[in-house]
Amino acid sequence: MDQNISTLILNLAYLIGSITFIIGLKMLSHPETARKGNMIAAVGMSIAILGTIFLKVGGDNVAIKYAIIFGGLIIGTVVGFIAAKKVQMTAMPEMVSLFNGMGGACAMLISLIEFHIDDKPAIGKLVIIVLGMIIGTVSFAGSIIAWGKLNGKIKDKTIAGGQIINFILFGGIIILSTVVIGGFAPDLTIYLFYGILSLAAIYGILFVMPIGGADMPVVISLLNSFTGVAAAFGGFLYDNPVMLTGGILVGSAGTILTILMCKAMNRSLKNVLIGSFGGAKAGVAGAAKEQGNFKEISLNDTAVLMAYAQKVMIIPGYGLAVAQAQHTCHELEKILGEKGVEVVYGIHPVAGRMPGHMNVLLAEADVPYEKLLEMEDANDQMGSTNVVLILGANDVVNPAAKEDPTSPIYGMPILEVEKAEHVIVNKRSMKPGYAGIENELFFRPKTSMLFGDAKKVLQNLIAELKQV
Amino acid sequence: MDFILHLFTDPANYRLITIVILSIFLGIEVISRVPAVLHTPLMSGANAIHGVVIIGAIIVMGEATDIFSQVLGFLAVVLGTLNVVGGFVVTDRMLEMFDKKKKK
Repeated sequence: MDQNISTLILNLAYLIGSITFIIGLKMLSHPETARKGNMIAAVGMSIAILGTIFLKVGGDNVAIKYAIIFGGLIIGTVVGFIAAKKVQMTAMPEMVSLFNGMGGACAMLISLIEFHIDDKPAIGKLVIIVLGMIIGTVSFAGSIIAWGKLNGKIKDKTIAGGQIINFILFGGIIILSTVVIGGFAPDLTIYLFYGILSLAAIYGILFVMPIGGADMPVVISLLNSFTGVAAAFGGFLYDNPVMLTGGILVGSAGTILTILMCKAMNRSLKNVLIGSFGGAKAGVAGAAKEQGNFKEISLNDTAVLMAYAQKVMIIPGYGLAVAQAQHTCHELEKILGEKGVEVVYGIHPVAGRMPGHMNVLLAEADVPYEKLLEMEDANDQMGSTNVVLILGANDVVNPAAKEDPTSPIYGMPILEVEKAEHVIVNKRSMKPGYAGIENELFFRPKTSMLFGDAKKVLQNLIAELKQV
Repeated sequence: MDFILHLFTDPANYRLITIVILSIFLGIEVISRVPAVLHTPLMSGANAIHGVVIIGAIIVMGEATDIFSQVLGFLAVVLGTLNVVGGFVVTDRMLEMFDKKKKK
């Protein structure tokens, strides 16, 4: 093909890609258009990728290059598609984190190869290669740790002096990068380059390690914008407009999203990153307090209480998601509805493992949208509610967030369940929630405990209700 | 110093810097009023979009001649594709739930 024409088509493909990313992101931020927006961005991405393959790749041994590229594309597509289709709704957050890590690793590898091909590039190019590698590596290592922590493979660990170690690592990365880029030790450049890579990987690991589970969505969102910036460095490297716009868009949108998430939890980004939701520290503080007794309630009593209530509010949490009890929960709601009981759901914005997690889960079980109350509305209606049923939620109803300034979650807005007449808490045991903090709610006079796996308890409750 | 000078005087670089700055504002503007319900799908969608890094992997594959670069390049293409395909499919699955709800 004529060189001019192929360049024209390629540039058009990139332009389409950039435009669809902008439109896609815009549509993704409105509920009615979100799904279409995602599709549009996906189409634009495909056009940009195909354009690159057919109009950009050339030179010697094109056949071998095509074989490798298509081999990689096919493997990635099949594995990615199956993984994304098979993953449980409950495991969605760690999946996103894993895919984010893949993107970071991809950016890291690009820098590695570029450096391998030419280890004495012009200074501008070297800056881009080094920065792209650092950010990609931090994002990769951090995302893998976040993934491991969310699925329970890696436990929270607060390392003594972690702040200082991280500071030293960060300084080390800057110093080594300056030496490499400035060309101060030309003979050592290769070793220094891999030294930077190692430091960045350790930094990524230590950066995420101490951050508590409840804050993980914020961290994933932050790492997400990191990967965006790493992709943008690729755009600089190849003077490629679509990588640049796509990467920067995600970088800036991701940063804003991170801040919005922090706001939803009423925490500052600084607190998330520095003040770790330490499991150990909080556990001691909780145990030191006199907790008193909790009381249990039988299934039968629960069923009677609910059947004769006027209004029941269900508060779902991660326990519901783990037990896969969203469908059973919807059944309970229908049975109560038939008995003339008004049932609503009180949704805390960060209930579950990610903002919006509960909405997605309950939507899967066909719970009508109008029944899902956001936190402010739920709190307004709490006073007129007879029975609150808490299903596997813990930190989002912990009164310590309002009352105890020493609590790590102090200041986080909660669902004020104690304004209701009765509070029934379903949990598997008395173990503290994900943030590792004792919950005094369980010992309050209004509260009754209903132990057991959420799904089994709900099934039994439905059976009891049918007899009432 | 030369580097900074080059960055702002070279027309190609200057163009890139302009794109970057405009894109930053665009990214902020585009998602500034998103409801909390959509935080997770939006993050996931943005996650898929930065998979655009795959294009860099393809370009570098086109330059790769030795085994080392080709092996790493292949790996980069696989990882980038995982990011793109997995990202878009997972986002679609989440949003499918909202769709179903609307039709009811």
